[in-house]
Amino acid sequence: MVADRPIPVGGLLHESLRVDTSLPVVPGAGVGVARWEYEESRENPDLARIRDRYGLWIGGREEEPLSQKWFSSIEPATEDHLATVAEAGQADVDRAVAAARAAAPQWAGSSPVDRAKLLFRLARLIQECSRELAVLDTRDGGKPIREARDVDLPLVAAHFFYYAGWADKLEYAFPGARPEPLGVAGQVIPWNFPLLMAAWKVAPALATGNTVVLKPAETTPLSALRLAELADQAGLPPGVLNVVPGPGATGAQLVGHRGVDKVAFTGSTEVGKQIRRRLAGAGKYLTLELGGKGAHIVFEDAPLDQATEGVVNGIFFNQGQVCCAGSRLLVQESIAPEFVDRLRRRLNTLRVGDPLDKNTDIGAINSATQLQKITELVESGRQEGAVMHQPPCELPERGYWFPPTLFTEVSQSHRIAQEEIFGPVLSILTFRTPEEAVERANNTPYGLASGVWTTKGSRILWMADRLSSGVVWANTYNKFDPASPFGGMKESGFGREGGRHGLAAYLKGVG
Amino acid sequence: MGGRIGVQKTHKLFIGGNFPRSESGRTFPFVSRDGAVVVQAAQASRKDLRMAVRAARRALPGWKERSGYNRGQILYRIAEMIEDRAETFVAQLALAGSESTARREVADTIDLLIWYAGWCDKYVQVIGNMNPVAGPYFNISTPEPVGVVGVIAPFEPALLGLVGGLGPVMASGNTAVAVASPDQPMAAVAFAECLATADVPGGVINILTGYPAELAPWLAGHMDVNALDLSGASLDMTGSLEEASAHNLKRTGRWAGPERNLYRMAAFTEIKTVWHPKGR
Repeated sequence: MVADRPIPVGGLLHESLRVDTSLPVVPGAGVGVARWEYEESRENPDLARIRDRYGLWIGGREEEPLSQKWFSSIEPATEDHLATVAEAGQADVDRAVAAARAAAPQWAGSSPVDRAKLLFRLARLIQECSRELAVLDTRDGGKPIREARDVDLPLVAAHFFYYAGWADKLEYAFPGARPEPLGVAGQVIPWNFPLLMAAWKVAPALATGNTVVLKPAETTPLSALRLAELADQAGLPPGVLNVVPGPGATGAQLVGHRGVDKVAFTGSTEVGKQIRRRLAGAGKYLTLELGGKGAHIVFEDAPLDQATEGVVNGIFFNQGQVCCAGSRLLVQESIAPEFVDRLRRRLNTLRVGDPLDKNTDIGAINSATQLQKITELVESGRQEGAVMHQPPCELPERGYWFPPTLFTEVSQSHRIAQEEIFGPVLSILTFRTPEEAVERANNTPYGLASGVWTTKGSRILWMADRLSSGVVWANTYNKFDPASPFGGMKESGFGREGGRHGLAAYLKGVG
Repeated sequence: MGGRIGVQKTHKLFIGGNFPRSESGRTFPFVSRDGAVVVQAAQASRKDLRMAVRAARRALPGWKERSGYNRGQILYRIAEMIEDRAETFVAQLALAGSESTARREVADTIDLLIWYAGWCDKYVQVIGNMNPVAGPYFNISTPEPVGVVGVIAPFEPALLGLVGGLGPVMASGNTAVAVASPDQPMAAVAFAECLATADVPGGVINILTGYPAELAPWLAGHMDVNALDLSGASLDMTGSLEEASAHNLKRTGRWAGPERNLYRMAAFTEIKTVWHPKGR
């Protein structure tokens, strides 16, 4: 349970691994390096209970794909084949949407208390299978087990608990409005938080009486399929939740489907815009949670120990494969050299490697494609004249890895300051005044999240008013909670997920 | 030739608090139902529209930083101005329809504005809230204006439809560029004159008369416009406008009528969530 204690995102790279500068410095290993040997503490991979083959999940049971196509899900830490998964083609999407359509009237008309109870039960089942699911996401996606276990899974269960409780209270959520579901929701989710993104999408949709066809990411389909089984076990009626794995083409078939009333997409801004164009004039409801280029602003009066941890957490959490990652550091000029020094020292203590090892801070990059994208952007940073810093670290021979990376001497026009890298790469810029910090922070088409570190309360509120982002973390970063709305401004998308506001994305006339 | 010769008004655009003619020099005619009255209204061009967006962008920081109380007073003042000129509005609207309908439309317009005026210092309390997160954090979500909103006003009711679009946009702290109904441009011009005498800062509302079919695509494609109210766009236009709006992911909405609607205000706001740790 996550109740009564902070969601331990900040626990990433935290207490146990704090830099102790009193430790002997290893000569020749960079600035102030302190290195320890760690006893390997490896989670049992078999806990994931991965099957050889996974079909589609349609109408309350596993189905063979009419497409007759199957694809392989790879373990990014080893590049080994993990499981064979059915690929949904047009006919399969048709079937899944038809199943969701057929289930919609009954689900929408069902007793809200019953809907709540089923979702509560699903939340409990997720808690009970939490360890299995954490290992599953770690193996399928490459994220450190410590994050899957301490962040993803507690939040997944909490999301279902939170929205379960709304199911029979919708008339209290929006004053003056009568809550009414939209119908069938087609949902397309990314690979960075496979099960958590499924929970963000599915929980509010079901609580509000919609039925769902979910398209998990091609590289991480397993936990969504397992979620469907658990939903079935919890007693959700057949057809209420359907899962159709596949590549981008499957997602396109789903969002463009005539039988879908509502599209919810999390992914890149580029694809988000394609979806927007595709749905133009279709009269469908749409919410988009897209890319970001989060600015992490550190003032000279900030608590520097905490700010260092916050900045590190902000960019290296989940290998930086986070839409709200604090990928641009804006540090006040007066403390820039010292702060960069602290970051470089801290980088040396990060452990990159086996995601199943509980000591690991930075796991595997999700796919070869993503690794290539990171590599390409980092190369552009070097070519455009920014200075790269990487700690000495040994990367495993197989698998997809990228070391934690800092760039200094970054200018606003560099690609690494403008484009979303979606990897463990931090671009460092400086500023002099609060006005300049705001100006620089807002100088991107994105507007998802930003961070502010200062001890001056009035400045926090002044900054928070002016930062164009849907989330502002002040003296903290990367905190998530089912009660807290999340989503972007500008080209980071529209609509919110989480909180009371997250319900609006699935009800008529209140968004 | 007996009696006095009246002085006729030139019907112009409303941009940045001024009343310019279209830079294009174009006008289009309004002809009353009985054919007795003919008026030339300014026919706005793409360039006029861009000037209007610029004015709206420039006016945004000042308008959104005003207190809700102050914005509410200004909206109320607009209602006062319309009430004061109610007979003029009725007479103008009646040129294209019945007098009783016109009278009702003017009354509804005033009442609608009062409704939104009252929301200015309250909607944040109703649309926003604290979030009880499971940890020692202060966490609050509040609505902020989305920015510059393009409003394609419905053809009719010309005045009520225009105000039904602009009321929620203004009340929530946005600035706007509106394309008024080409069927009754006189009402839009008279409304602009009310704005100009109601302490609405220049540029907060900009009103263009002309043809929506010509102007709306430029508005939808403009990179400095953040949202669109497509209530007045024809159904066959909506697809291409939404497509054009994808370039910078404008928020778009469409409402069937000018009814009082809190969620029409919410549609032109962005929820911002701020976290801060609690501690000694």
